[in-house]
Amino acid sequence: MNIPEELLYTRSHEWVRIEGDIAIIGITDYAQNSLGDITFVELPEKGAEIKQANMFATVESVKAASDVYAPLSGTINKINQDIIDSPELVNRSPYEKSWFAAINIKDEDEKNRLLKASDYKSYVEGLGRK
Amino acid sequence: MEQIILKQTPLFQLHKNLGAKLAPFGEWLMPIQYEGIIAEHNWARRSAALFDICHMGEFIIYGNAKSCGLENIITFDISTMPLGSCRYGFMLNENGGIIDDLIIYRLEQEKYMLVVNAATRDKDFEHIKKNLSTGTVLEDISDHTAKLDLQGPLSRDILTRLLGPDILGLKYYHFIELMILSKQAIVSRTGYTGELGFEIYIDIEHATEMWNMLLKSVEVKPAGLGARDTLRLEMGFPLYGQDIDEETTPLEAGLDRFIDLNKFFLGKNILLKQREEGLSRRFISFISDSRRSPRHNDKIISEKREVGAVTSGSFSPSLGFGIGMGYVENGYDWLGLKIVVKNERAELLAQITDKPFYKSGSARK
Repeated sequence: MNIPEELLYTRSHEWVRIEGDIAIIGITDYAQNSLGDITFVELPEKGAEIKQANMFATVESVKAASDVYAPLSGTINKINQDIIDSPELVNRSPYEKSWFAAINIKDEDEKNRLLKASDYKSYVEGLGRK
Repeated sequence: MEQIILKQTPLFQLHKNLGAKLAPFGEWLMPIQYEGIIAEHNWARRSAALFDICHMGEFIIYGNAKSCGLENIITFDISTMPLGSCRYGFMLNENGGIIDDLIIYRLEQEKYMLVVNAATRDKDFEHIKKNLSTGTVLEDISDHTAKLDLQGPLSRDILTRLLGPDILGLKYYHFIELMILSKQAIVSRTGYTGELGFEIYIDIEHATEMWNMLLKSVEVKPAGLGARDTLRLEMGFPLYGQDIDEETTPLEAGLDRFIDLNKFFLGKNILLKQREEGLSRRFISFISDSRRSPRHNDKIISEKREVGAVTSGSFSPSLGFGIGMGYVENGYDWLGLKIVVKNERAELLAQITDKPFYKSGSARK
């Protein structure tokens, strides 16, 4: 299971890369692996407001459709058109090529609710034991 | 909560070793995928995929189809089946509802094998037993019969290499009995994928050896129930328990060609009545206008009114867009009709189309 050290995570399996007041967000390796082949991604438009822990995107795999939750609140600054055109990128490269969106962070304090890589790793390992 | 112990096929450990994702399928813990559903799907369309289908049920009946009563509960004419042939059809209840879809193999003049769904096995057995004349021998051989499906355009070359030239001459929906690994086995040219393919029935003691022997060919890869489902859906084949069940008749499901109304069978009078009075609902196939998939239980909307529901839906790996099937009110079933498919998450635009969705299958080649 690939869990890059420098990212922050949610218990709903999204990741966040902080770059100044911008957050780049996506779904984790664990998420893509659980979903299986991803066949469709729906993203909000540029300028849309998203709210921490609320649904902001949808991914569909062969077997099911799933919600993706916003790890932080903010305004969509940019979306990744590549994963709309080629959803299989999310399976192949969950952290590099298939970021979902970049947002302007609204509330810095919300970062405190995110998990560090080591904590997310323990959390995922706990799921595996259930 | 009561702990449910799921059944495992004789190949269970092999699936784990291959890194399969396992999930409950009825009473069984089955491999859903190995490498990935789409890769396995494409492999079956291009090369040859191997499926563990040991969960399905097999019954043997000894008797004259007419006098033992079997003919009375099957929707097609069994007595005229040539030896070495198999046929697909249904057992119906007295309301014309489908108890199960099945394939019957005529092994001998007075010996038949019935291949039934895993989830309906016990129910089917009781239904058949109840309708057979006293003294007729009905055997459930499922517990010691393994079923391996090899499906794909290269399957015939691979099996001919392994089992000999008898495979080469095997016609669609025909079978042969032969010795494999010094054990009596049955190989039929049948399947659930739309590709040239074979179903192998062998004693479970030899299941592992057979599986490994087939996987040795570089053209063969294992495939799970996930790919089996997308492959069958692209062909428009119904899945029992999802597209058809005891509440649907074969006519409503558009499966008329597996029904012989010139003979007697249980449930026939209801079908005749439906044919005379017209059907109140129809089974349709439709394609999505995007990669978004219709899903089981989504609503079907036409003219802003709910006119039906989706029974099967998925992304089609071969076609690159969503496909689905479902029931609609009579009158909303014409080819080309634009419909809306809707669930709590989203709605998509779709258009009624003909079957199969995927038209390049090699099954009859």
